[in-house]
Amino acid sequence: MAYLRIDHVTKVYPVLDDKARKGETFVVFHNVSFEIQRGEFLTMIGHSGCGKSTLLNLIAGFDQPSAGGIILEGREVTRPGLDRMVVFQSFALMPWLTAFDNVRIGVRQAHPDWPANRVREWAQKYINLMNLHGAERKRPAFLSGGMRQRVGLARAFAVEPKVLLLDEPFAQIDALTRGSIQEELIRMWAETRNTVFMVTHDVDEAILLSDRIALMTNGPDAELAEIVEVTIPRPRTRAQLIDSPEYVRLRNHILHFLVKGAKREKHADAESRANGQPSAKPRRQPLLN
Amino acid sequence: MNKSWQARVGPYGLSLLILGLFLLLWQSATHPPKFDPSGKTEDQLTLLEFNGDIVRDASGKYIFNPDKVSGLPGPMKVLKKARIELGEAFTRKGTNDHGIGLLVFYTIKRFLAGFMAGSVVAILLGILVGLSKPLYVALNPFIQVLKPISPLAWMPLMLYSVKDPVWTAILVVFMASLWPTVANTAFGVNAIRKDYLQVAALLEMSYWRRLFTVILPAAAPAIIAGLRISFGSALVAVVPAEMLLGELGAGYLTWTEWNNLDISGVIFAILVVGVVGYTLDYAFGRLAQIFNYSEV
Repeated sequence: MAYLRIDHVTKVYPVLDDKARKGETFVVFHNVSFEIQRGEFLTMIGHSGCGKSTLLNLIAGFDQPSAGGIILEGREVTRPGLDRMVVFQSFALMPWLTAFDNVRIGVRQAHPDWPANRVREWAQKYINLMNLHGAERKRPAFLSGGMRQRVGLARAFAVEPKVLLLDEPFAQIDALTRGSIQEELIRMWAETRNTVFMVTHDVDEAILLSDRIALMTNGPDAELAEIVEVTIPRPRTRAQLIDSPEYVRLRNHILHFLVKGAKREKHADAESRANGQPSAKPRRQPLLN
Repeated sequence: MNKSWQARVGPYGLSLLILGLFLLLWQSATHPPKFDPSGKTEDQLTLLEFNGDIVRDASGKYIFNPDKVSGLPGPMKVLKKARIELGEAFTRKGTNDHGIGLLVFYTIKRFLAGFMAGSVVAILLGILVGLSKPLYVALNPFIQVLKPISPLAWMPLMLYSVKDPVWTAILVVFMASLWPTVANTAFGVNAIRKDYLQVAALLEMSYWRRLFTVILPAAAPAIIAGLRISFGSALVAVVPAEMLLGELGAGYLTWTEWNNLDISGVIFAILVVGVVGYTLDYAFGRLAQIFNYSEV
């Protein structure tokens, strides 16, 4: 049985614009189904607006699916919890706490019965694993973007969740730092064998990190197009990836898909224009029955 | 070499320069003119002397009576008054004649009691209002109507209800320090970044832990900004409250000196109020820094 199952999930939002008639809605994505095995690293790629971050929020429990369900280890996800930790694009570190305390509050919450020194040691272990040694006493405002996300990763890993949810975790980090943090993430993942669901629009990042890559068509009303397997053996490094023919093949395949996906959108626009409908507006549908 | 004169004296030098200029203008504007007896008959001079407008000095010449001055006193007179007052800062000459040090102490005590009570109530109310959207919408009209009311306007009503000037003065300060803190706390709590709350939800924090480890620290900068505004308005309210209630304090001093027709005393009391206000505000600013942090 699958560890994490996304079962025919559809997300519908009410239209938020002043001209919208009452009850008008638009579909972000519909009927998305896939499974993630224990210890697997699955990445979802798609253009902005395909609803990949929305899906991640559903798995985190911040929001409820409009239809379908999310099942983690046989139990349906209904609210946020310590078994699913999110690494945010915005880092979401508490600016009034030091790097160490940001990690520590997570550990303390996960293990309320532990004595204070055990909590401290545990937090320190993950601080060290993320190469944050020496930055523990600093507040996030005094850390670079890369260091901040290291704290974010340490906080998430230290809780030892069943599933790690990475929401474009490296989007706000400069390209050079990004590479080294990605490699640290691989190392951490190899060590802990966590189940990971990541959302990104960086194709190289997806290939470097993932076991499988899920491709979403363009939104609104997006759907899961296909899931490609990354067969490049691990451990992978950036350098060795560049020369791998499998990498080139995968990269071209995904990029072709993304470009074609964009074309499909244009095509749909042309159609709607022919039907006399405004093209820039998202496609609207009555609420699903 | 080519430095401008502003650069050469520096900002503090400039401050001193302005002060000196001000004192000089003050002195020259209030300097009593010399009495000129020419053109006046003997009868007129006798009448002026009889009225006490002029007196004879040691050499027998007529001068203006220094004890009967009209107009504002000069800086030297105020300085003389200040020296006398500060010399007996902590003496008690009678029930209503306490030294300036004691008066300042009473004012600070009254002010702190009202401000702290007001702040505690305001922060609690602000959190309550900020956390609940329906409560925010429901209470907002009341807050909007109550906010612009001058704290002094409450005084008669309070005096009538508590029947005690000591408590009334504290309550006036309490009212003055309420609204800015309520409004800012509610805003700060309401505007907390969503991802902090999401982290709190992921970590399954209990209501109280979330309140104390996430919501209050996240709203702290806004709360402190509100406290700072409240602090100023409470400080402004305490002086007229003392005047009107006749409670011993720095504000009271201004009014007694006016009743004594001692204008140098009034000016001295005004300066004392200014210095006390500045000192309290500075101390509060330093205290607030402990609870502040830089946003990412």
